[in-house]
This record gives sequence, C-alpha cells and structure tokens, in this order.
Amino acid sequence: MKNRKWLWLLLVPWVALLSVPLYSRSGPTLFGFPFFYWYQFAWVPLTALITAIVHRKAR
Amino acid sequence: MSAGIDWVASAVFGMLLALVAAIGFVASRWKRADLHAIEEWGLAGRRFGTLITWFLLGGDLFTAYTVIAVPGLIYGTGGPGFFALSYAALTFSFAFVSMPRLWSVCKRHGYVTAGDFVRGRYGSHWLALAVTLTGILATIPYLALQLVGVQVSVAALGIGHTSASIIPLLIAFGILAGYTWKGGLRAPASIALVKDVMIYAVVLTCIIYLPLRLGGYSAIFRSASIALAARPHPASLLLAPNQYLSYGTLVFGSALALFLYPHSITAILSSSSGAVIRRNCVYMPAYTFLLGLIALLGYCALAAGVKVASSSDVVPALFVKVLPSWFAGFCLASLAIGALVPAAIMSIAAANLFTRNIFREYIDRNLQPRSETLIARAMSLAIALAALCFVLLAPPQYAINLQLLGGIWILQTLPAVVLGLFTRWFHSVALLAGWFAGMVVGTSMAVSQHLTAVYPFHFGTHTISAYAGVFALLLNMMIALGGSAFANAFPRPRQDETSVEDYISA
Repeated sequence: MKNRKWLWLLLVPWVALLSVPLYSRSGPTLFGFPFFYWYQFAWVPLTALITAIVHRKAR
Repeated sequence: MSAGIDWVASAVFGMLLALVAAIGFVASRWKRADLHAIEEWGLAGRRFGTLITWFLLGGDLFTAYTVIAVPGLIYGTGGPGFFALSYAALTFSFAFVSMPRLWSVCKRHGYVTAGDFVRGRYGSHWLALAVTLTGILATIPYLALQLVGVQVSVAALGIGHTSASIIPLLIAFGILAGYTWKGGLRAPASIALVKDVMIYAVVLTCIIYLPLRLGGYSAIFRSASIALAARPHPASLLLAPNQYLSYGTLVFGSALALFLYPHSITAILSSSSGAVIRRNCVYMPAYTFLLGLIALLGYCALAAGVKVASSSDVVPALFVKVLPSWFAGFCLASLAIGALVPAAIMSIAAANLFTRNIFREYIDRNLQPRSETLIARAMSLAIALAALCFVLLAPPQYAINLQLLGGIWILQTLPAVVLGLFTRWFHSVALLAGWFAGMVVGTSMAVSQHLTAVYPFHFGTHTISAYAGVFALLLNMMIALGGSAFANAFPRPRQDETSVEDYISA
C-alpha cells in the first residue's frame, strides 16, 4: 500500500455506527422507516463507498 | 399454521433439494484437480476469483440460520435485535485491512488454517492449539444451527416437529456429508450460486410483496411497535438509554468476530489473490443491505399477526401464512439449501483445523498428503455427525446458547491471529494467558446471565451493561499487552518463520 493515510478513512463508518445515542431516535422518518433504521441502512452503501475509495487511493 | 402437510409446498421443496444435490455431486468434477491434496480438497486449490468468492463468502457468512435468527431476534426483542445490520457492514472494512495479509502469508507458506499461521508466526504449538480448539468449539454449535434451519423449514411444510420431520433432515444431512466428502470446498462453492439466487428471489419478493399486503413500511413499523409494547415484557422499536452501550459493544464485538470463524477464514484462503479479497470487501455490503431487509421480516411477522412459541419459527411461519403454497415451498427450500452451503464450509474448516493442527502436530508428524486429506474427509463427516446428534438429541436452545458462547470464544483469538498479522511484538505466552483469561471470564459472564450476551458490570454504584465478549477481549488484551511488555524487557531471539514482505500481496 502506497498511500497509507487513506486507511484512516475506514474509521468513519465505525464512528458513525458506534455513536449509538446519536441515532437511536424515531424521527425524522424516511419512506416510513424510523431514523434508527434508515440511518443504519444508509451506512451500508456508505461503508462500501468509503472502502471503495480507500481501495482506489491506497493501492 | 393449519394441520396437515402442504403437498404443493412439499413437492416444490423436494424437487429443489434434489436439483441442488445433483449440482453438488457434479461439482466435484469442476476445475478438476487432484482431490487427494488437502489444499485442493479443503481450499479448492486457492483458485477462486472475484465472482465465485463473492457467492461463496455470501453463502458462508449470511447463513440460513442468519435468515431465521435475525428476524426472530427482532420479533422477540425489537430495536436491540437490529445490531446485525451495523456489524455486518463494519465487518467488511475490518476484513479489508486484515484478511488480504492473512491470505498472503498463508499462500506464501502453504498454511491452510489460522492454527498453521499462528504456529509459524510464533513458533508455539500451544498457542496454535488454543486457536484450533477455539475454532472447532465455536464451529460445531454454529453447524448444528444450520441443521436447525433445515429442521424448522421442514417443520413449516406442515410436518411439524414430529418424528417424521427427522427424515427430510437426514436426507439433507446425507447430501451435505456426501458432496463434502467427494468435492471438498468445490461442492458448497458450486451450490452457493444457486442458493444465493434463490435467497435473492425470496427476499426481493418478500420486501415488495409483504409491505404491499401489510399496508407499507410505516404501517408495519406502527403495528410492530404496538405488538411489542403489548408484551408481558414490553419491548420497543428503539433502544432505551441503558441499552446504548450493549448495542454498540455487540456491533463492535460481532464485527471483529465474524472473520475469525474458521469457515470465514477457509473462504478467504480459497480465493486466488489479495485483490480478490479487497474487491469482495467492497461488494459484500450488498448482502448486508439484504440482511437488514430480512431482519425487518420480524416486524412483518408482528404486523401480520404471526404467533409462534420459538423465535426460530417466525420466518417459516410468516412464509406459510402470507405466501401462496408453491412460493412458500420455494422459500422454505431456499432456507434449507441455504443451510447446506455454510454447513459444508464449516465442517471442512473444522476438519482442516483438526487435521493440520491436532493430528499432524501431535499424532503423526510425517503425514503424507494423501492420508492427510483422507483424515480431513473423515473428520468433516465426524464433525457434521456431531452437529446432527446435537440437533436430534438436544433441544434447539442448547445450540443457540452454545453459538452465543462460540461468538465470545472466537473473539478471544483476535490478538493472536489478527494482531499477529501486523506485529510480532506480542509474546506467545502472554497471548496464551490473555486467551485463557478471556475464555474463562467471557464464559462465566454469559453463564451468570443465564446465557445472554449482555453482562451488567457493577463497580461502586455504577453499572455498565455491555457485550460479555468485549469485556473478555478487554481483559485478554490487557494481559497480552502487559505480559508482552514484561517479556520484551528481557530480549531473546524470537521464533518467526515469516518475514515482513510475506504479508504484502498483489
């Protein structure tokens, strides 16, 4: 790996998903999903996207 | 569930199972090689590219039991059961950093198991034995749960939990044992594709059809919330403030544990390059998203008024209640087939561990490749049989409880296996002591809470409730760090057959 700095970016989803008090709320809802649910759903593609960026940059 | 067997569903179920059995047996001819070498039988020659690895890992990590257990948990506990989604997203970013290194060093030195790696890295057969025994112990109840998955799908066809339901279970077991013996890792890899396509069809249909029938997601969440609140022990869609830490630690601990399981490592080592693994860590979250939607089937079941005694019956009962017979049969078959893929990989992984790190280490050091593979084959059969006996003789709750302990146990191998990929600073005796303390403390914490994952830790007037596996890992790490710092104060030559560049792969 050349650009090891980019690996730090992988910590972002960990911080986002381990900050439980931040997202254990019911509103605002999206497509009928309480915030608690759609927030965690949203972080699935975001985690994949961040991993993809690191994969590209740190190669 | 009405009495009597649903013949349409049963016929569909039977045909699909027969089809998959046929594919599994043909697969032993696929990418033909000398199946008398353990790297061929047990790792399929480390030749799987991006696409096959994707299906194999998907079939391996998102097991039939997951499809049954996660919605069951949500059905039972509400919000606190949803941690599966977050950990299944984070686990791939963890794997992205660590698993290509493991693949690389294992390829370089011909290691087949995590035990092989630890043996080579630290030169300690005791530490390797600890990793091996933990792996085998954690795998057997997990494997048993896959068979429970087959059992509940069969029961939902209307056969019920009677003595007659043993016959389909035995047939499924026969398929599993037969094709694993013959094709090794190639067999589950070939049916993983069929299994995944079927599960995708099931899930996509369910997430479109069920909300339409049940009045949309807002209605589903609303009725689920009412149903959970009306329980004798009321539950909620959200977390109570005293559940934040336990939720977070369950996400954290489970994300770190998933890739330590022998069946995950076997699938990783069977891929053809580090790049294949990295690419898969980017694509795998597609399954995670699906898992989240599967989890919500628990709320669909609440909204549809499904009432079951055991949480493992939630999903099968939902299928039977709301879907047309033929499609319910398709769904139940995909659950049963979905159980066979991970079950096969688990039995192979545990067999590899036994053969390489117990038999070859302690019984016969000059094992020829041919007899090594024969022993691995026999062991895979023995391990699957042990799991079958487990399912037939013990109530399913035993397997569920032991699988919970298995998660705590496997997490204790993290310092030796994963930290060992990055540094040789740790001392093998300190790692062994940390492992032992983690195993004892983690187990007693879970046992003291009547086998639940969350332990309330009291000090003074405060109580910290968190995942027992993470408490145990903390202690494990403190001992490993302290002990290694102490041991390193007296420099001695270190045993290590690997070198820095072995870990860096293309």
